[in-house]
Amino acid sequence: MVEWTAEERAAIQGVFNKLDYESVGRESLTRCLVVYPWTRRYFGGFGNLFNAEAIMANPKVAAHGIVVLQGLEKALKNMDDIKNTYASLSEFHSVKLQVDPVNFQLLSDCLTVVIATRLRTEFTPDVQAAWQKFLAVVVSALSRQYH
Amino acid sequence: MLSNTEKELIIQIWEKMLPVAEEIGSEALLRMFTTFPKTKTYFSHLDISARSEHLRCHGKKIVEALAEGARNISTLTTTLAPLSRFHAYQLRIHPTNFKLFNHCIIVTLACHMGDNFTPVAHAAIDKFLSAFSAVLAEKFR
Repeated sequence: MVEWTAEERAAIQGVFNKLDYESVGRESLTRCLVVYPWTRRYFGGFGNLFNAEAIMANPKVAAHGIVVLQGLEKALKNMDDIKNTYASLSEFHSVKLQVDPVNFQLLSDCLTVVIATRLRTEFTPDVQAAWQKFLAVVVSALSRQYH
Repeated sequence: MLSNTEKELIIQIWEKMLPVAEEIGSEALLRMFTTFPKTKTYFSHLDISARSEHLRCHGKKIVEALAEGARNISTLTTTLAPLSRFHAYQLRIHPTNFKLFNHCIIVTLACHMGDNFTPVAHAAIDKFLSAFSAVLAEKFR
């Protein structure tokens, strides 16, 4: 069972309150595909992902960014049982999508960087620590159903 | 592999960070110690609390070394040879920690530069920091 302090819960909720899903979602996925180009292997049906400009303008990337953040919101709403909340999502990623779970960390890091560019001085070391703890739990839950 | 555009971007960014080396370096370290507490085990000999003299001084040294590396990207191995030996034989930091610190440097840059820390700049810096830490870990075995 993951233990959350009141400060951690407040910090994580605080970050979410400031997230524009459309903008942050799109940019996080964009960064992942630009900074770690091998992740493009999972998005074969998305059309043109050849360079940074194409990725940034790609409507499927934008749409999928929102999907990712909506998924994260589920974890936020079920912070005391992320493991079970994500059971079917995890199976989906392993069985259907066949994503190497090491990549979850990469998208997670890109999301953190985007949030840093938006929140700037508000993204203090303590807020970052709480946020990354949350993402670590999410990544772990997503990686569980791999056999 | 860094393109010429990327090399220029990297030099530009670190030139901008040099005047605030203390601030940037100490913030990156503090972020690392807060998010990844196990990294503190390498600093038991220093006072690494927020805004401490040691933290600011150490942070400054790191940013200056990064800026030096940025100016000499094509000769990183030679430029960083003394630092490389130091990290291998004296500090003996477990190599996985370089990634953690690199991530915190990137978050610090993102906080300071906002939207100017574009996806392309992010990619360039990530590649640069990977190359830099690879050289630092080169002599480990």
